[in-house]
Amino acid sequence: MQERAVQTRTITQTTPLVDVENLAVRFVSRDLDISVVNGVTFQLHQGQVLCLLGESGSGKSVTMRALMRLFPPTARIGGRINIDGIDIPALPESGLRKIRGRLISMVFQEPMTAFDPVFTIGSQIAESVSYHDGVSFRDGHKRALELLELVQVPSAKRRLDAYPHELSGGLRQRAMIALALACRPKLLLADEPTTALDATVQIQILLLLRELQSELGMATIFVTHDLGVACEVADNVAVMYAGRFVESGTVADVMDSPKHPYTEGLLRSTVHAGTRGERLDPIPGAPPDLAELPPGCAFAPRCSYVQPVCLEGQPANVDVGGKHMARCIRAASAGAANALAG
Amino acid sequence: MTAQSLSNPASDLKVAATDPDPRDRGGPQQPMLLVQDLKKHFPIKGGLLGRAHAHVRAVDGISFDVRKGETLGIVGESGCGKSTAARLLIRLIEPDAGSVILDGEPVALGMGLTVREMRRQMQMVFQDSYASLNPRLTIEDSITFGLKANGFSKVESAMRARSMLRLVGLVPEMFAQRYPHELSGGQRQRVNIARALALGPRVLILDEAVSALDKSVEAQVLNLLQDLKQRLQLTYIFISHDLNVVQYISDRVLVMYLGKVIEIGPVDRIYSSPLHPYTRGLLSSRLSMDPRKRVAKAPLSGDPPNPIDPPSGCRFRTRCPITETVCAQREPQASTASEGHSVACHAHTPGSGHSLAAARA
Repeated sequence: MQERAVQTRTITQTTPLVDVENLAVRFVSRDLDISVVNGVTFQLHQGQVLCLLGESGSGKSVTMRALMRLFPPTARIGGRINIDGIDIPALPESGLRKIRGRLISMVFQEPMTAFDPVFTIGSQIAESVSYHDGVSFRDGHKRALELLELVQVPSAKRRLDAYPHELSGGLRQRAMIALALACRPKLLLADEPTTALDATVQIQILLLLRELQSELGMATIFVTHDLGVACEVADNVAVMYAGRFVESGTVADVMDSPKHPYTEGLLRSTVHAGTRGERLDPIPGAPPDLAELPPGCAFAPRCSYVQPVCLEGQPANVDVGGKHMARCIRAASAGAANALAG
Repeated sequence: MTAQSLSNPASDLKVAATDPDPRDRGGPQQPMLLVQDLKKHFPIKGGLLGRAHAHVRAVDGISFDVRKGETLGIVGESGCGKSTAARLLIRLIEPDAGSVILDGEPVALGMGLTVREMRRQMQMVFQDSYASLNPRLTIEDSITFGLKANGFSKVESAMRARSMLRLVGLVPEMFAQRYPHELSGGQRQRVNIARALALGPRVLILDEAVSALDKSVEAQVLNLLQDLKQRLQLTYIFISHDLNVVQYISDRVLVMYLGKVIEIGPVDRIYSSPLHPYTRGLLSSRLSMDPRKRVAKAPLSGDPPNPIDPPSGCRFRTRCPITETVCAQREPQASTASEGHSVACHAHTPGSGHSLAAARA
């Protein structure tokens, strides 16, 4: 496995593994037409970790699910998604089965509902292995044991025969990760994998994911609403608001000097040790209704720096230095000043 | 207590901070709540005759007090019994043993307060803002329901409900006639707070009340809670798994592990110099919020054990880095480490037989 990781790394230095351009996702039914993702563009190289940060309804999970087309039939995907040379939106349903698990796989938030309750952990992992690798069920079982050991499940042999409800939350999430890694995916998607866990278990799972990621060298996309989680695992972060990336860059850049007022507000309203006794300074108002998005900046109604021009059209996504992008007119003017000075 | 003493909502809402609270019975030194040896074991029934063959020891003899006007934070992992403890306090479930004394008056012991009287003084806000509202009642009807059940007239209840909505920052003209599904999560939680406050309680139990909210909305609700506490002279019991939020809002913190209180003390003491190895592990499990200072090693390994069959002696010993033979033999009792700070750990109990305790002495 080690060998393979090194190999893919050298090949993909230049071409990104994931190339998403102008992704748009709408959910359309007879009495509903909501644009949840409105033009997301990003690239991800082998071995990198990208964190999608945002509040509920910001489109972070939908963006991630679009990569493996894990959608109900009401979804309409627009734009381009290219993963490892495969045009994802153009794949037929039958082709999806081949890439799910094998090229891209996913760790869900709630392992209790993601596993089938009537089969043992071992047989569920073995099934996936034998389907994708074309090996016997018996060999699949052997691989399942290896995988449980890989994700550091204590007394792994015994746990193979356990049903999902017999495991604790932390062990279930480890088993979920084992299942996701069963076919050595090149891209791992993790949808709030630690949100349902306790603090002491959350840190264990995050460390495990970080370790496995650097060991196996796969690209990883993490969806989270927790800035702390992003700080622990991410190389790059993208902050989402109303279906767009409003800010993206390396985790250190974004945390140190947020350029979008939403990111700023998010950092300000997060409670931490230093805020004790102080009044919190939350972002006023509530996230916008996705069915009726304003023509201008979606954050404008809650923004304290709002200007008339913000309400007219979408602000451009500008580079404020070192691939740190922000979609805000203030960043645009700061960026222009920088360019002049430079 | 009759409906009379509550019949003037306007005056209830304007208690100046310096005035003695007219509802106060035991004086300022009397704890608002005195909990003694509270216990709840849930039977697990099975077999042909449906007999109990095991018990989940959800809350296994906890004692603590809550002072007037303070916020007591309760932290612990899932399954440690913090929510069961809250439900026992407000009698949503009957305790197997133990007593709760509310401002000097025992609750539901044949003397003192009845459960109904207690609930006028103590109310609860739950985590799931949607599940805790009746989807077929408008916001106003949800709030007036409890008032009418407590003898308020229709007109009085409606007036009071509207002033409650205003108090939590919702315009009654806009929200009173809406249904729960028409509100956002933050607004629904405000409604739940309004409903809990409608009868003018003195104690509010907040069971993960902000946990399901997004960060920016969470901050709004935390500010609201702080305002209300001051304006209405409330006492809070704040239960959460979010250690940062508990640190922000609490005056004192109580740490639970598998149905036991293992440490309690002033918030600064607990957060700056925790004594119990579990508290230490729990606090250092917090994420760093700084990508340059990532956590390198998980402070605790494994998950909490099953509360059906907890380990003998100290319940934490299976995950404890400093466990010794005495920990398996005897259960540690709470001992005072400093003023107001007590901990149940053999390593901090003089004469317990633990080598670290001997070293400290």
